[in-house]
Amino acid sequence: MKTTREQGRGRMLAALPMSIWAVLFVALALLYIIGLSFLSRGEGFDAQLPITFDNYLRMAAPTYLKSLLLSLRLAFLTALCCALLGYPLAYFIAKTSPRVRTWLLILIIAPFWTNALIRIYGWKTLFIANGPLNTALLSLGIIEKPLRLLYTEKAVLVGMVYAMIPFFVLPVYSGIERLDGSIVEASRDLGAGPVRAFFTVTLPMTMPSVLAALVLTFIPSIGLFFISDLLGGSNTMLWGNVIQNELLKSRDLPFASALSVVLLTLTCIVLAVYRKLGGDAESMVF
Amino acid sequence: MLLLYLPILVVVVFSFNANTTRTATMTFTGFSLQWYKNLFDPISGFGVHLVTSLEVAFWSVLFSCVMGTIGAVGLLHRKKQKSLSGRSLERFINFGEQAAMLPIMIPELIMGIALLALFSFLRLPMGKITLVIAHTSFCIPYILITVKSRLSTLDPSIEEAARDLGASPIRAFLTVTLPLAAPAVLSGCLLAFAMSMDDFVISFFVNGAETTTLPLKVYSSVKVGVTPQVNALCTVMLGAAFLLVAMGQLLSSARGKEKKI
Amino acid sequence: MTDKQPLLSLRSLSKSYETQEALRGVDLDVYAGEFLTLLGPSGCGKTTTLRLIAGLETPDGGEVYLEGKNITNLPPEKREVNTVFQNYALFPHMNVQKNIAYGLRMRGVDKKTIDEKVNHMLSLVQLEGYGKRMPSQLSGGQRQRVAIARSAVLEPKILLLDEPLGALDLQLRRQMQIELKNMQKRLGITFIYITHDQEEALNMSDRIALMREGKFVQIDTPHTLYERPSTVFAATFIGETNLLKGVVSSIEEDELMLDVDGASVPAKTVDWVIPGQKVNLCIRAERLHYSRKQKACQTLSGVMRGSRYTGSVRTAILELTNGQTLISRRTTEGDEDIASGEPVCIWWDTDTACLVRDDGEEQA
Repeated sequence: MKTTREQGRGRMLAALPMSIWAVLFVALALLYIIGLSFLSRGEGFDAQLPITFDNYLRMAAPTYLKSLLLSLRLAFLTALCCALLGYPLAYFIAKTSPRVRTWLLILIIAPFWTNALIRIYGWKTLFIANGPLNTALLSLGIIEKPLRLLYTEKAVLVGMVYAMIPFFVLPVYSGIERLDGSIVEASRDLGAGPVRAFFTVTLPMTMPSVLAALVLTFIPSIGLFFISDLLGGSNTMLWGNVIQNELLKSRDLPFASALSVVLLTLTCIVLAVYRKLGGDAESMVF
Repeated sequence: MLLLYLPILVVVVFSFNANTTRTATMTFTGFSLQWYKNLFDPISGFGVHLVTSLEVAFWSVLFSCVMGTIGAVGLLHRKKQKSLSGRSLERFINFGEQAAMLPIMIPELIMGIALLALFSFLRLPMGKITLVIAHTSFCIPYILITVKSRLSTLDPSIEEAARDLGASPIRAFLTVTLPLAAPAVLSGCLLAFAMSMDDFVISFFVNGAETTTLPLKVYSSVKVGVTPQVNALCTVMLGAAFLLVAMGQLLSSARGKEKKI
Repeated sequence: MTDKQPLLSLRSLSKSYETQEALRGVDLDVYAGEFLTLLGPSGCGKTTTLRLIAGLETPDGGEVYLEGKNITNLPPEKREVNTVFQNYALFPHMNVQKNIAYGLRMRGVDKKTIDEKVNHMLSLVQLEGYGKRMPSQLSGGQRQRVAIARSAVLEPKILLLDEPLGALDLQLRRQMQIELKNMQKRLGITFIYITHDQEEALNMSDRIALMREGKFVQIDTPHTLYERPSTVFAATFIGETNLLKGVVSSIEEDELMLDVDGASVPAKTVDWVIPGQKVNLCIRAERLHYSRKQKACQTLSGVMRGSRYTGSVRTAILELTNGQTLISRRTTEGDEDIASGEPVCIWWDTDTACLVRDDGEEQA
């Protein structure tokens, strides 16, 4: 005879396989690279003692610092551009009629579900020296010589904004949609014009979702490496590219780990700030 | 909005290009299905990569669905424990939940490297097993979130009613809770499947020589230069993605109707 | 009643949640065929008591006995007790028939018997022809009846009902009260019923167990509970009550004298008073008489502070010389229209008033 008290425990045990899995393959894996980052490079792909801070000291070199700054700047610009383009878009979607809204949402979600590589690849095709964009501009007489579009920092930024914008629009959209319309009406009733009502009520009240969306676009942007790979070539070495290079070309696992730990720390700082500002983790997902 | 679709449109248009020069000349010379034919070429085609991707996605979704769904049930029935062993179990599960959510909160790159490091430490050869483990890890949060939010909207007294009417805990779960949560489980699986099929970054680090998934193949083809064959592949993948989105939308609108009645 | 063996007994049952003690060691005996109501303000432990009987919670201490057997640690599915949940908790993915058949299916009853019993039940709750409907297609009252049918079809020893009428509007509520009571007689099942509505409790119950802060205050028939409340809380929670504060001046065999507001007032003797004790005398509003003061009053004198005429009854506020106000609610047959500020005489039939114990909650 089982008592209900034991069953309460039993139900909780249902979360055990998942917890073990997550601890093993997420928590331990992360702890392992933190540990690795303090070791020296060993034979082949291995690490060995002694414990050292060399990996972190090596990052003081100008190439790495430049790359870190570039990554942060691009991630920041990406989040900013996403906000400037994404908020009006989300606002617009939330204000359309329900039927149109469903279709607009599908159109926003669909690229989100298609491979990012494909979409970036589309840009690459567009940007190519004798590609459609240049051809079109040339034939319209706007430019005389083909523009150098590909392999520039701007191309990378376009690609990143493009890849990240759904992550911005969706949470902000649901934030605006959840907003009680009568609150905005109340502010109008109390004498605020449409613009003032937006800035004094709508915007502050949707701020939590904007914050979540910013975090959601900023964090992945620091770590992305394939967009700069495809659109930036060797001109834009982002932190992600540096990690990838150290790992796969130099096969220096401890140093790559140290670089990742820096990225992880940055992520944690952003998340911590986000939590401090009152955001919760779950609202970050859709 | 238009900008969102411009690159996609370009890809689709160029997949029907008759121009056979493999150089960077991107001029549209006529309509042709040659690249699609090329796609199914047994040697240079993408069939084998598609199969790899599907296999990895299937197992990852299966594992993450089982662990995520029962995990969500366990998390919702988490109660303050009084005994010492109960408390440490509770603490472990709380920690596990935090850890399970990490893969979608930190950059994928870090997950990829961490898993790569772990697997090489464990001397696990890179291949299907490592891919499935990695994909399962990042699929769990998607299932966990969708199922947990669905379960939390369910009235707990419905399951209690089943118990009250004579169902054992397991039967109550199977006959009442699971059918009610099924739409969420399904849409969670769909999401996880799409994420697994789509994943490039993490797979990039933990794949083996023999297990190049579709996105990895796309990357390696695209990296070299613009290959028209990729256009065709991308168009097919786009079509599949749209189909999935439509299915998801249908599912959720069906659920919406159920609520309305 | 006491010589019969109780169907259900609770023995010093207690339960606390993280933040509060929900139940502080309660005892209760329920007899076969009874309609027992747990009445009390929200948060008094009614639902906890019900859930402990159903097996949906485990007590921290104490035992639950069903027909003399200890069932304290039996899981809900093994108890011959069924619950009608507050929000019905119908299975939304099953039609009415499947909902009612669920319990029988879990018991492994054969299909033919299930069909027979379900159909019988449907006719009993007057829902013939609704078997194929989904719960979402039913009205509140219909859902309610399905929920009762679903539990009653298992012929439980006791049916537990947690505010089953709470979600219905007033008119349907009144109608369902009668229907429920009839259903209980037809089914011959013991009902333990939760409500916070005193009128509902008085209407339907054989006995009422009045609860407050995790304890039973008084368990009695509606009549006794109303006429002879044992504590201040019982007196004020049910009905409209005047509590006169007084000091016991002398005790006789049947009658004692109270010193109230400088006047001497008779009351029936109870066994727990001693001379000099401060007590509360409970007089129901509809038992309190008053009239325009002609000469010296027999019992108490006061001043009219205002009255309101509402057709069948008149409500009057009277003030004693010590400042305490009393409420009188009398039928309007032959009443006098007394202006505010006029002196009045106040009296009542000694038999209709009773002394109640202080439970710490003083009426202002």
